[in-house]
Amino acid sequence: MSEISRADVEHLAKLAHISMTEEELTTMAGELAVIVDSVKTVSEAVSAEVPATSHPLPLTNVFREDVVGEVFTEEQSLLNAPDAQDGRFKVPAILDEE
Amino acid sequence: MTEMIRLTAAQMAEGMRAGEFTSTELVQAHLDRIAAVDGGDRGINAFLHVSGEEALATAAEVDKIRAAGGGGTEALHPLAGVPIAVKDLIVTVGQPTTAGSKMLEGWMSPYDATVIEKVRAAKLPILGKTNLDEFAMGSSTEHSAYGATRNPWDLDRIPGGSGGGSAAAVAAFEAPLALGTDTGGSIRQPGAVTGTVGTKPTYGSVSRYGAIAMASSLDQIGPVARTTEDAALLHELIAGHDPKDSTSLVDEVPAFAQAARRQDVTGLKIGVIRQLQGEGYQEGVLARFQESLDTLRAAGAEIVEVDCPSFEYALGAYYLIMPSEASSNLARYDGVRYGRRVLPTDAPLTIERVMGATRAAGFGEEVKRRIVLGTYALSAGYYDAYYGSAQKVRTLIQQDFDAAFEKADVLISPTSPTVAFPLGEKLDDPLAMYLNDVATIPANLAGIPGISVPGGLADDGAGGQLPVGIQFLAPAREDARVYHAGAALERLLAADAEPLWARAPELQTPAAQTAGE
Repeated sequence: MSEISRADVEHLAKLAHISMTEEELTTMAGELAVIVDSVKTVSEAVSAEVPATSHPLPLTNVFREDVVGEVFTEEQSLLNAPDAQDGRFKVPAILDEE
Repeated sequence: MTEMIRLTAAQMAEGMRAGEFTSTELVQAHLDRIAAVDGGDRGINAFLHVSGEEALATAAEVDKIRAAGGGGTEALHPLAGVPIAVKDLIVTVGQPTTAGSKMLEGWMSPYDATVIEKVRAAKLPILGKTNLDEFAMGSSTEHSAYGATRNPWDLDRIPGGSGGGSAAAVAAFEAPLALGTDTGGSIRQPGAVTGTVGTKPTYGSVSRYGAIAMASSLDQIGPVARTTEDAALLHELIAGHDPKDSTSLVDEVPAFAQAARRQDVTGLKIGVIRQLQGEGYQEGVLARFQESLDTLRAAGAEIVEVDCPSFEYALGAYYLIMPSEASSNLARYDGVRYGRRVLPTDAPLTIERVMGATRAAGFGEEVKRRIVLGTYALSAGYYDAYYGSAQKVRTLIQQDFDAAFEKADVLISPTSPTVAFPLGEKLDDPLAMYLNDVATIPANLAGIPGISVPGGLADDGAGGQLPVGIQFLAPAREDARVYHAGAALERLLAADAEPLWARAPELQTPAAQTAGE
């Protein structure tokens, strides 16, 4: 069984910016240990000589002329904003503490 | 009039051309069907949003052009006026897009996905947006934040996932065509368990612009339909190069529908993948699979066995690559520019706390599980062992496919190891849920096309009979081959019995359910 502790999950959740309750951390530690255990065979399947494939088909860079195309209007950009003011995204004040 | 919803998309198109009915009548019949079977406690719940007014307006446009005759009529796309449903992972102007998540509840896209632009240009009335596992993460549509979809064959069973809504809508005659997305089997596996046809096109052959990203190197938009020909017609409509998608292929779009109409399979070499049968596959599924092989052989196809030894590691590789890419793609849901924002009440506000609370409230359990798993696989110290190794397995799987396609024109396997399982059965066991995708995942890792076509019925273990799907795979860019082979099997099986899609049980309307109680 893989060693994934509650503390490991707490660290990962912090990196992923997801707040979790004590119960969630404990449950997820158990689940992740089982999942990681089942997928770790992949490291046994390959050797250093096997090249990695990051993408199913070869990719080439795509360029376009540096000209202004169709862009969203201010209204479209702010359409789904949780909060907006004066044509800008409005976020909570975070500088007056800690 | 209600019988028009039981035609194939090709028959609907023909019926409108022949003046037997109008698009408005056709769309209204589907809206009536949705109203009758989709809602209520025992409704299918295939639709998260129904856009009746918009669909009727498009239908009226088509009818007007037809009524006027002359020049405009020739310009109409062959499928013009045939309604379509769209998986709610594909963005649409004027209709909400939620990805099945509370994070995007009420979100309105300021732009259309490229496939939607094509559907609108061809004047297919869009009936609405269909249910899915949240952000396409799941194999049963039970991970939707808006409730599970029911399988029209048995309302207590799952319709597959993540595109269960699209498949169920087609199977329940709520729509003749639907769009889905397939990252590890999310078009093919729901197709298999609902008795419908689903295709995962070659990676890059259909633009992903406007498909909300889960795992960008695996995701692919594709068609859901009742017949192979219908799927091919829709595939032709949505395929083609798109400069807005940097992974879009520049190839010409082949004639898929023509391939689906080819009658002869004499000499077609079909490779049976040794690793995708046996352990873990239900007896009834294997029996229908064997019958399909016998049927194809009797019709002149050559059946050969192929070995794909690295497939043993495909599921593991997929469940490292997919969450890794998903953890990166879903980082955009930070509560700043769009989506939900939750302000924590018990602490001073910091960026971390607002993001943490927002993502805790907006994401469901399975999404959180995969983000954390992906974060783990990508973290320092584990990257080489997990993500790096998984990318190497991908190379081995491509090599397996290359070798197999030297021996065979197409490959065949059951699409899903089991028939539809009861709702709730695997909800608390993520690993058991992940095993559903064992036969479909290799195609996504290699970027090759695949199709699932109905292969008959098998015992569900509780006295009922449920659909079994047969999967065909072909080399990249050879999608026409899967349509040829899929249509051949479909035609051969229909020679002995009514097509499977026409044999779905009658659904009771909520009013009838109440009266019967």
